[in-house]
Amino acid sequence: MEIEKVINELKVKFKDDITEFSIQFGDHVIRIKRESLQDIVRFLKKTPHNFSMLLDLTCVDYIGEKLRFEMVYHLYSISNKNRLRLKIRLDENDLKIDSLTSFWGNANWLEREVFDMYGVRFNGHPDLRRLFMYDGFEGYPLRKDYPLRKRQPIIPMRNEDAD
Amino acid sequence: MPTRLQKEANKENLLINMGPSHPAMHGTIRIMLELDGEKILNSEVEVGYLHRGFEKTCEDKTYFNLLPYTDRLNYVSPLINNLGYVMTMEKMLGIETPERSQYIRVILCELSRISDHLTALAAMTMECGAFTAFLYYIQAREELWNIIEQTTGARMTTSYIRIGGVRADLHPDIKIQLEKATKINRRVLKDNHGLLDKNRIWINRTRDVAVVSPKMAVNYGFAGPCLRASKVNYDVRKAQPYLVYDQLEFEVPLGDNGDNYDRYLVRMKEMEQSLRIIEQCMNLIPKSAGPEELMTKGLEPAEAIKVSRKKRLEDTIKLSPNLEGSEKVKYPGILTGDKKYIVPPKEDTYSSIEGLIHHFKFFMKDHGIRPPKGDVYFSVEGGNGEVGYYIVSDGTDKPFRLHLRGPCFHIVSALEEMIKGHYVADVIPTFGSMNMIGGELDR
Repeated sequence: MEIEKVINELKVKFKDDITEFSIQFGDHVIRIKRESLQDIVRFLKKTPHNFSMLLDLTCVDYIGEKLRFEMVYHLYSISNKNRLRLKIRLDENDLKIDSLTSFWGNANWLEREVFDMYGVRFNGHPDLRRLFMYDGFEGYPLRKDYPLRKRQPIIPMRNEDAD
Repeated sequence: MPTRLQKEANKENLLINMGPSHPAMHGTIRIMLELDGEKILNSEVEVGYLHRGFEKTCEDKTYFNLLPYTDRLNYVSPLINNLGYVMTMEKMLGIETPERSQYIRVILCELSRISDHLTALAAMTMECGAFTAFLYYIQAREELWNIIEQTTGARMTTSYIRIGGVRADLHPDIKIQLEKATKINRRVLKDNHGLLDKNRIWINRTRDVAVVSPKMAVNYGFAGPCLRASKVNYDVRKAQPYLVYDQLEFEVPLGDNGDNYDRYLVRMKEMEQSLRIIEQCMNLIPKSAGPEELMTKGLEPAEAIKVSRKKRLEDTIKLSPNLEGSEKVKYPGILTGDKKYIVPPKEDTYSSIEGLIHHFKFFMKDHGIRPPKGDVYFSVEGGNGEVGYYIVSDGTDKPFRLHLRGPCFHIVSALEEMIKGHYVADVIPTFGSMNMIGGELDR
């Protein structure tokens, strides 16, 4: 199925949930509402659209804007060779979004990474912990207001007697 | 702070750490195992020991300056990382590259792919005890790295593929060297097929161990050899052909079961295909732009600077600033004609005022490469699978956000499920077969 056809179907079916359709440098991008993420993903994952692969999941920090964070999902359909990018804006004061761990296995680590780097919380994630940074690390390093060369206190040695 | 496994594990079972610094762990990764005898009941993988803030660092570098950082992602095949980044930028800037440079890129990327597979299999076989196979693989890799060194000037941190083309032309001896390396590689592949394919120990360690079904592979976002070993036909080179891959003949080998043995076999077969691609490219590649005997002709550099002080320079300069084949006459073959995106030839920079201005305009703060606003994603087929870059530009000379889709991140995230129910000894070949590369995983 052609990507244009998928877009047209989305236009009809999720009229109220999708706020913007655009093409960025040849890639199809849709901007959706936060609440409808799981519905749209469920629809896209089924045949005939077959977006069976979650290629990538990340976040961008647009500091200074009203809705500061933007989640970016890259979906891929192996059988149709289609690519689609979903975007969702999040408010800094309500930094929560539904988890996609029930749809894809790799969403687990990808969401942990986003939590680690940006502090976005994922509803329904089974094990939301930091992935790359250590326990006790303060702040979210990829946010734009985190200084590039900030040093964190060195964590103390573990006390063997306390265990 | 107790880890998840420490909290969940049954108190009667043995908890054991593998890594982060374990002789059989090539790369720093920690696997905690909950064992019943030798059987793995549960496990937890902890990554991040090699996290060095690649993405944060890139936000502080200009588009031109961050290229060397991409070398250090998958350090076994740096050229493919370069290519992924560079092609993402070219997509955003809309640059067309000369045909010769595209062939050069394909040749060097396929060399990198082979060396990536050779390294992966060498580590995997050695950890299973097949030291002879390891030595053969490394010998073959050495030949490839000699070629890469000869052309790019470095063995690992190449930074050779540049926005708009490549850094320098191929070394004049490339054809002879490639023929020699192809011969040695074919022999090594044949020898190792003979050593391993029907080897009882090898089969026992790898056959039906850590089977990944096609559904699971797609579910975890596998790509590359690991996905194809599970019988899913997806190769970026075929699905979305970039460079000149659509003009080349090659097959995409598939596995049957998706076990460790298939991941080994798919890599072996892919190397043969890569050698095929290289041979085709050497026949199809357009002729070099400049005269072959360039190195010996023209004015001495000091002489040229002297002349240029009095009048505009008309003769060619005998100058090889860094690498052979990066002279001005070679530029049309290897770099785009659009002057906005390329470093001017050193001959111009040193001998004409326009060249000097061009040089400064390229390197000055807030000048240089400034793509239009927007975001872009582009991916190439790396050694481990789809290497994708997601770049957000805000119109300045530095990326607003750069994100790497590292293929082995997705593969390693499935490790817990893959080793569940197997024995401790099975972790080693399983981990080897997925070819985890710390630089790319932890970024």
